[in-house]
Amino acid sequence: MGRVVVEVMLKPEILDPQGQAVLNALPRLGFDGFSLVRQGKRFELSVDGEVTDEVLARVREAAATLLSNPVIEDVVAVERVG
Amino acid sequence: MRIGVVTFPGSLDDRDAARAVRLAGAEAVSLWHGDADLHGVDAVVLPGGFSYGDYLRCGAIARFAPVMGPLVDAANGGLPVLGICNGFQVLCESHLLPGALVRNDHRTFVCRDQPLSIERTDTPWTSAYAPGERVVVPLKNGEGGFVADERTLDELEGEGRVVARYVGKNPNGSYRAIAGISNAAGNVVGLMPHPEHAIEPLFGPDPRSGTGGLDGLRFFTSVVEGLVSA
Repeated sequence: MGRVVVEVMLKPEILDPQGQAVLNALPRLGFDGFSLVRQGKRFELSVDGEVTDEVLARVREAAATLLSNPVIEDVVAVERVG
Repeated sequence: MRIGVVTFPGSLDDRDAARAVRLAGAEAVSLWHGDADLHGVDAVVLPGGFSYGDYLRCGAIARFAPVMGPLVDAANGGLPVLGICNGFQVLCESHLLPGALVRNDHRTFVCRDQPLSIERTDTPWTSAYAPGERVVVPLKNGEGGFVADERTLDELEGEGRVVARYVGKNPNGSYRAIAGISNAAGNVVGLMPHPEHAIEPLFGPDPRSGTGGLDGLRFFTSVVEGLVSA
């Protein structure tokens, strides 16, 4: 069984209130020195059999049409794992 | 006059929208997300709520519901469609409207009586309002910040497609205080505030505000009157 990991991030110009909340919480626990936190999404897609180039191409298409909204998000990684 | 109201798993305001349709003088027709058929309705309301639990992104899963196939075709063909709150998010995810709705900039859910100015009145949903008219209807959202790139925003402004704008404090970080927009033809309107909650005396925003609590009803009477005279 093969797996493909897709990572999606909000575009840099889109405000990320969740990331900001995390950033503000870090120093409260003593984690100082971080200037920015951006929170994204990670998807793991499993297939029966190997991850062929064709599978990868289909995942890329799914990432661009369903897993991300190109108005506000970028697909930053589509990677074969395992 | 038959106006459809779509129910997705997780829709909340479908009953309220249907009631608004009836009070405006039309027959409300329940449309089911799994039924790829609009049953010959003359207009459609996509109601508020949390379709599919807001999983993935608000409205992202609803976009692929069977009912959306014929709805997108009909909307492109001129059918009046109003998306309220989650319905607005579904319209953006379906690419019937530009832009997207993201989490409120202040990170908290907002629920308040919201003043709006109605800026575009030549849509089937706003024809009963006067240009620039100030109304008060409830606003309740966690992800109501309207965003789009500068070029799209300029295009919306330039083509007069900003249907409603927040008056006073921006309640959710929407770019240019945009509360509602339309497609180029004007038949598809998305609105983050909830006109269907301001249609009956005593139930809408406080009547002592001088608005009577009925400010939302004309979104529905607009479309009914437009369809009758068509």
